[in-house]
Amino acid sequence: MEVIFNTLTVILLLTGCFFFLAGTVGLLRFPDLYCRLHALTKADTLGLGFVAAGVALQLGVWHEILLLVVLWLLVLGAAATICHLLASGALAHGVRPVLAEEAPADGDRAGSVGSERGQSAGSGRSGEGCP
Amino acid sequence: MTTFFLAVAFFLVANVAAGLVRVIRGPTQADRVVAAQLFGTTGVAILLVLSVAADARPLRDVALIFALLAVVISVAFVKRGWVRAPGRPSGYGEGQDRLEGGPNRGDGRENRRTGRDR
Repeated sequence: MEVIFNTLTVILLLTGCFFFLAGTVGLLRFPDLYCRLHALTKADTLGLGFVAAGVALQLGVWHEILLLVVLWLLVLGAAATICHLLASGALAHGVRPVLAEEAPADGDRAGSVGSERGQSAGSGRSGEGCP
Repeated sequence: MTTFFLAVAFFLVANVAAGLVRVIRGPTQADRVVAAQLFGTTGVAILLVLSVAADARPLRDVALIFALLAVVISVAFVKRGWVRAPGRPSGYGEGQDRLEGGPNRGDGRENRRTGRDR
């Protein structure tokens, strides 16, 4: 039983580490604020869920596990709220999204995600330049 | 097993260190706050892993406080700290005007390059 729990913990923690790495890479490589918010608030929250599940398997006391569930639900709601708050605030402050048709003017940072952003070419709405 | 937990915690700390690059490069104030969100979420995960590795129950309560403070940081930034610099849209950091070129309409509907310059 101990071995099963330990194996599951290892798998869950490694999966969580993968999502945290994806969130960090997205934060560093995506071209504008809206894409970075997208990468961070989704990938990191999912990674935290995997890490919390892996940690919960090592506890074995129900109220400690309940604390982790409450913690993850709090982070889940907070990430969605903050993503919406920052994105709408950035639009009101004049931060413009990098759109697909502007790709040649974006310099070095836009080159790495050019293929994903090409899918939204021709869409005129403001939030759809994000991959 | 403890060694594995410590390795995971070290990997997450390396993630936080990589996120510092975004704090330096910006370019907008909001990008730096997004990096602070990364520190909040990753910090919670580090504390959870360390609480099992060191068998320290209070660290899980500290992780809960970290999750709450990360929310407060962002709300305080959006409501109070996001200052508008005179003469230019406040979303741009110092010296980074790569995205400038359109009027600041503020409603988010017309955000495409106007063709007026460049």
